[in-house]
Amino acid sequence: MSEAIKYGPAKLLPGDQLHITASADTEPFWEAAREQRLTACQCADCGHFRMPPTPVCPECSSFRKAWPTLPGTGTVFSFAICNRNPVTGEPYVYVPVVVDLDGAPGARLISNVTGCDADDVEIGMKVSVEWTPINEGWILPNFRKV
Amino acid sequence: MAWANQDKTAIVGIGATDYYVRGQSYPRTVYDMACEAILKACEDAGISIKQIDGFAYYSGAGAGYTGKLDSGTFMEMLGMPHISYSATLTSGGGGSVGSIGLATAGLMNEDCTYCVSLMTLQQLPGARLGTVFGKMSTDPENSFLQPSGLVGPGHLMSVLARRHMHLYGTTQDAFGEVAMATRANTWNRPKAVRKKALTKEEYDASPMLADPLRRLDFCLETDGAVAVITTTSDRAKDCRQKPAYVHAAAHGGRREWGRAFTWYGMPDPYFASSGHEFTANRVWDQSGLTAKDIDVALLYDHFTPMVLMQLEDYGFCERGEGNDYVLSGKLRYDAATGKGVNGGTPVNTHGGNLNEAYIIGMTHVVEAVEQVRGNAISQVKDCEFALATGGPASLPVSSLILRSA
Repeated sequence: MSEAIKYGPAKLLPGDQLHITASADTEPFWEAAREQRLTACQCADCGHFRMPPTPVCPECSSFRKAWPTLPGTGTVFSFAICNRNPVTGEPYVYVPVVVDLDGAPGARLISNVTGCDADDVEIGMKVSVEWTPINEGWILPNFRKV
Repeated sequence: MAWANQDKTAIVGIGATDYYVRGQSYPRTVYDMACEAILKACEDAGISIKQIDGFAYYSGAGAGYTGKLDSGTFMEMLGMPHISYSATLTSGGGGSVGSIGLATAGLMNEDCTYCVSLMTLQQLPGARLGTVFGKMSTDPENSFLQPSGLVGPGHLMSVLARRHMHLYGTTQDAFGEVAMATRANTWNRPKAVRKKALTKEEYDASPMLADPLRRLDFCLETDGAVAVITTTSDRAKDCRQKPAYVHAAAHGGRREWGRAFTWYGMPDPYFASSGHEFTANRVWDQSGLTAKDIDVALLYDHFTPMVLMQLEDYGFCERGEGNDYVLSGKLRYDAATGKGVNGGTPVNTHGGNLNEAYIIGMTHVVEAVEQVRGNAISQVKDCEFALATGGPASLPVSSLILRSA
């Protein structure tokens, strides 16, 4: 085995280098985020959750959607530790996480986690949403260790 | 039930350019390299380019992930009088070996008589596959992935590897053994890019690019072209080389895998898998074979953990046991006996994408053909069945079994 690497604090990627675009299918998610309200796409007929938002429910084929307000907490399902800023290439420790969202079984978000050292991030770790302003006035949900 | 088209078609010609480290094929062009590979495959088969009347591409007929291939252009360049089949599998590299199944579809439907499958790529600055996801313009779908900073395929794959380590206790030592075991097969390959034996110390010293993955867990970034020709087994008898019969071929996959690591919605146990279980089961059903019957496995190896996960999906070992299977040396090829080690099936006797060259999976088809012909550089003794795979990637992934004549 090789020596363990010491990464230090897990940082969020700078908001000014992040962009999103929305479609009619996804815009309600991002509009809610702009109000710092975490939601997920839910079928208004059968209640099945799906992320990213898509036009049709894969369980019951309904086109009707609901956008419930979620608790804003979740659990780390998996993650990576990255050590270079993807835009500048400079040393920068960030931790992309796949998060299972509380209150929306089956729905996941992929973002960054902060509030602890990268070395301390674990699968199963509880996190809560942290809002990061990004370009064009959008707001991105990231996560912080609870 | 046996597949209706079992052994009805065969790969009869293989052709490849030299393999170049990323960008070093310049000033050649993707079509220049593709035409060389196609003409070499015709020569290998003992047929004229004028007999080629079909194309079965994959990766959306891509040349790498940024360029496009076009049958009309090939006809104009190569002087092919007509084509009667021009088809492609969708998505990316996962369809590599599935292109042979697509060729079989065209041949069995009597659309064409000699069908080319190929890949050609050139990774000039701006066309690096390693940064392709990060460079894509923002769209509504990737807006749920890109802001996380998972910008390269290695980043994406590391998240799956992490889950496998969590669920099953898989170690980075096993990823290192995948790299070392397959590196051991390239020392005598003139065209291989990485030939020097790899030690555990060197592996452990390799920079961590996307923890838990090191640089040496990533495959090569190379340029080059590979073409293969598939025809009906009747016609194959008149070709120059011993036919490599298409014994089973499948592409596709399950909804639970779907867009895979550009989605991350996969439930366990699919998340920490290679997404190959569906096509694996299809080729086993088509052939009546199991992993035990396979003499050599040419597993798509863009990243070391995905080899380990394929070993599980194909049943070379049980799910969750990939770590111990790999660490017991069972991927290795023993040149002295021409067989595997410790009861294992030799994996990537050509060195694979990790060590020989990364032509988006087509080198695995070439090696499978040479193994069942009996003239591979690292020849497996009495090789009757060769398995080759494409992906893990967004669906389709693909599986191919070739049988010796």
